[in-house]
Amino acid sequence: MSALGVVGGVVQPVLIVAGSPLLVGVMRQVRARLEGRAGAGVGQPWRDLRKLLRKERIAPRGTSEVFRFAPLVLVATTLVVAVVVPFVATESALDPVADLFAVVALLALGAVALALAGLDTGTAFGGMGASREMTILALVEPTLLVAIFALSVRVGSTNLGTIVSSTLQDPARVISPVSLLAAVALVVVIVAETGRIPVDNPSTHLELTMVHEAMVLEYAGPDLALVELASAMRLSVFLGLLANLFAPWGIATEATPLAVLIGVLALMVKVGVLGGLLAAAEVFVAKLRLFRVPELLAGSFLLALLAVAASFFLA
Amino acid sequence: MNLAATGMAAAVAIGLMTALIAALLPARPALIGTGTALTGAAAVAAGAAALAGGSFSVVLPDVLPLSGVSLTLDPLGALFVAVTGGVAVAAGIYSVSYADTADLRARGVQTALPVFVVAMVLVPAAANVGTLLVCWELMALASLVLVVAEHRRGPRVASAGRWYAVMTHLGFVSVLIGLMVFVAQAPDDSFTALREAGRQLSPAVAGVVFVLTLAGFASKAGIVPLHAWLPRAHPEAPSHVSALMSAAMVNLGVYGVVRVGVDLLGGGPAWWWLLVLALGAVSAVYGILQAAMSSDLKRLLGLSTTENMGLVLIGVGAAGLFASSGDHALAALALTAALLHLVGHAAFKTVLFLAAGSVLHATGTRDLDALGGLRPVMPVTTAAFGVGALAASALPPGTAFVSEWLLLQALIHGLPAGGVAAAIAMPVAVAAVALTAGLAVATFVKAFGVGFLAKPRSDAVVDAHESPLTMLAGMGVAAVVCVVLALWPAGILPAVQAAAGGVAVSGDVILRLDQVTGALSPLLLALGLVAAVVVVAGVVRTAAVRRVRRTARLWDCGGGPMSARMEYTATSFAEPLQRVFDDVVQPELDVDVSHHQESRYLVQAVEYRRKVPDRIERRLYQPVLRLIAAWGRAGRGLAPGSVHRYLGYGFYAVCGVLILLAVTR
Amino acid sequence: MLSLWRKIRRTGRVAEPAPPLPDGERPERAAVLGGSVQIRHVDAGSCNGCEVEIGSAFGPVHDGERYGARLVASPRHADVLLVTGVVTRNMAEPLRRTFDAVPAPKLVVAVGDCARDCGVFAGAYGVAGAVRDVVPVDVEIPGCPPRPEAIVEGLRKLTGR
Repeated sequence: MSALGVVGGVVQPVLIVAGSPLLVGVMRQVRARLEGRAGAGVGQPWRDLRKLLRKERIAPRGTSEVFRFAPLVLVATTLVVAVVVPFVATESALDPVADLFAVVALLALGAVALALAGLDTGTAFGGMGASREMTILALVEPTLLVAIFALSVRVGSTNLGTIVSSTLQDPARVISPVSLLAAVALVVVIVAETGRIPVDNPSTHLELTMVHEAMVLEYAGPDLALVELASAMRLSVFLGLLANLFAPWGIATEATPLAVLIGVLALMVKVGVLGGLLAAAEVFVAKLRLFRVPELLAGSFLLALLAVAASFFLA
Repeated sequence: MNLAATGMAAAVAIGLMTALIAALLPARPALIGTGTALTGAAAVAAGAAALAGGSFSVVLPDVLPLSGVSLTLDPLGALFVAVTGGVAVAAGIYSVSYADTADLRARGVQTALPVFVVAMVLVPAAANVGTLLVCWELMALASLVLVVAEHRRGPRVASAGRWYAVMTHLGFVSVLIGLMVFVAQAPDDSFTALREAGRQLSPAVAGVVFVLTLAGFASKAGIVPLHAWLPRAHPEAPSHVSALMSAAMVNLGVYGVVRVGVDLLGGGPAWWWLLVLALGAVSAVYGILQAAMSSDLKRLLGLSTTENMGLVLIGVGAAGLFASSGDHALAALALTAALLHLVGHAAFKTVLFLAAGSVLHATGTRDLDALGGLRPVMPVTTAAFGVGALAASALPPGTAFVSEWLLLQALIHGLPAGGVAAAIAMPVAVAAVALTAGLAVATFVKAFGVGFLAKPRSDAVVDAHESPLTMLAGMGVAAVVCVVLALWPAGILPAVQAAAGGVAVSGDVILRLDQVTGALSPLLLALGLVAAVVVVAGVVRTAAVRRVRRTARLWDCGGGPMSARMEYTATSFAEPLQRVFDDVVQPELDVDVSHHQESRYLVQAVEYRRKVPDRIERRLYQPVLRLIAAWGRAGRGLAPGSVHRYLGYGFYAVCGVLILLAVTR
Repeated sequence: MLSLWRKIRRTGRVAEPAPPLPDGERPERAAVLGGSVQIRHVDAGSCNGCEVEIGSAFGPVHDGERYGARLVASPRHADVLLVTGVVTRNMAEPLRRTFDAVPAPKLVVAVGDCARDCGVFAGAYGVAGAVRDVVPVDVEIPGCPPRPEAIVEGLRKLTGR
């Protein structure tokens, strides 16, 4: 465990926890402006969380520990990912966990916890949300892993630190067809995993169209705060991962205050820009019907396979 | 006599003694269960001792005619002996109370259980073809008796037994022919002689031997398209037998492929292993897809066995492929991943089947659509099933996560190693593993979430009760093994690598790949998760103002109370997946709308039936069955019941033989 | 897509400048909410006139969201119930249950004359009463239907922004 790793392991989770509600705020603000509205301000998600922490906890009748622990597990998995993935510093506090497969599996574990909580309530909407979330997860997994495959073949490792460092040393790789195809595939996957339009609409009120929201309809107060925080964190983590896999510049490679500061700023700028772009793009597309989503995911899977083929035949 | 030999002798002796007691004395499930568990424990000791370096061999020429019995424990066999023994320990303890029903107290059934275990322990220890085949057949017959043990329950049990009997014997015939062709090229039927001969076989003969034995062994492992018996026999068998079959017996199919393909034939051309890889990939995806659609808990688990054996075969195939292109380090890694997955599968499938049996015991149903709400009434069973489901769904911290991680590492690093064949096979294999992993998550969320959480969906669950102590103990043993394997895979890795015949992974807390870069620490990951949960819980506790939880009614949109009929069922949970994979599974939908007599605009009742048939089975087996039935009908015309006609047949047959003799002399 | 982009550029911002914060007493419990008010709308028997106005209060022109108010899908997520219409007999119990489902601290806003004092439906056979007869009301917004500005003003009393 190096000094840089420890610094990264402390700075990153703090940054992700503090920054991800702001990211959601920025994205809502971008959307509001494009719709001609004034918007509630960037800090609004934080105000929401503060308020939720002051509210009452509710245990719906008939729910078990699964329902109570799911928000904790959801945040914890994302927190571990925030600690280990090289967002600010190239070295990881827990290097043997900073593996792409492990990170993907950890994020999936969070989704599973929430799906079980949705089923645990025994309501029709909870079960419906869980069923849809799991269907999408099952279809996203192949694309995600094959895209990772394409990215890690050129480096010979699935360790995130190694991938990021090697891109830093050889920037030309970023504009290779492998990277571009994999990037497009990953973007689609991230949209699906974080429940954004066109796969899911985070601000829908219509239960029948819900995916993520349907699972959390029973949560209130601090539990809901955890769920909302976790979904914001997942979004930042995915966008940060995307940014640093393809454009790791600015990331700290040594444990000096200046380098870490630059790393923090670079991450904020990159994730902010990606989030803004995502929010702007959402204004232009409508939500897909649930059963059109597999077609979208199949398309991205094809791109990921092409990326692997390219990585072999163009190497 | 070293520990391994003592252990094997003890296992066989205790097992046969138990069988003898069961056959002669009135039924005593406690005694038989204990005997079976002790047999398993002795087998574990023997396997562990042999893996630690104390291999042994013994030849008893007089026990069997022809070449006699010849046993040996090398690391590969010892791993399977130990795994089988471990499963037998859990199943034996479990059966003490589970097998205490009228059907299972039958003398034949009680006798077959220890015989089944002894046969399974002897198969991987066999050192010549004669012993292997005899034990293989003994295993098949004993398990057949156990599968049909509860035949009074309904015609489905008998049908499952028929399917199993026919398929396992067709597989046996295939293995028999393959090994006979092989033995014909060698001086005798001992594995030592075959190993020598295997190096000098012509490619054509070696190919025939491999394909024939592969077909036989794959049918035992439940590999698509020879899986048809598995989703029938595993659900209908008593649950401890399901566990033994699903966690121990199917493994021996993989053992056969590795023993014959890698050991005796000494590896082979790339196409063999591409074939194995393809079979594995198809089985993994098809198995889990069918499992995801299934709403019968035990059928789901049985289909998941097909999936996991598919994953193991992907590893075996990749290992053979790498070995055929000369990359023995990667081959060792792939085989290690495959065998580790096999061991993990044995552990979690034991837990899952035993827990399913516990549910069946308490509620009398295994239909997920009728279950739910078991957590308050059966907390231990629910916890055990949860541990097993986590382990099975390739999520951290679970056993399958570690083995699938190793498998993916092998596949990723195999892309540059293996040429164009690998360039096509590896991405497809990764995609298959990934799709399998994703569907497995959905499947086990369904099994656990619908089966155990939420509210009861039928009265059967309301009256449910927790199972007796011995059943819980059986589950508990297997669940503890699951957890240990998940957090401390390094504890079993030396044994697995000894069996795989090469060291590819080292380290204890942190697993490091030796030849390629890659490291993973399941223990640190789990600790990190626990630490994060504690931190988050602490922060929320301090930050939250109101600490008391108010119990409130479920949000039912303000309407009347929600009934269990409004809950999502297993069928509805799987509906989106079923729609997505419509073209693959081709479900049969049947909607009947009946109208009132006065007006056809008034609907009286709507009946909706959905069935997800096994498409491969329909395409592959039904035509064959129809053909056989047609032959049978045609043959019936030859037997009208007239004695004159039958005497005539005899006369013509004698004439025919005489003519044949005259011509050939 | 391009035409949509041109439309966005041409239209620009349509939200009207925010009027000054209304004075008048704020419910005490609203201070805990700290500028974030999640709203669950309940139609207890409205003619849908108020709904149209609520819709436009959260539309681009009045933009209720900029003051920290947001409509949500479940009473569990809500701080405030926005009740419209007279409470009909069939909706009295659901309204009570919805109120019960909201985690404390919670407030109720009665929107429109019907919600305040039954309006033109007073005394009708299907009417159980005004909102305050069923659940405690904290803020009332008069009008038939109330203007969007009035709704926004009522909500700003809760958000304090």
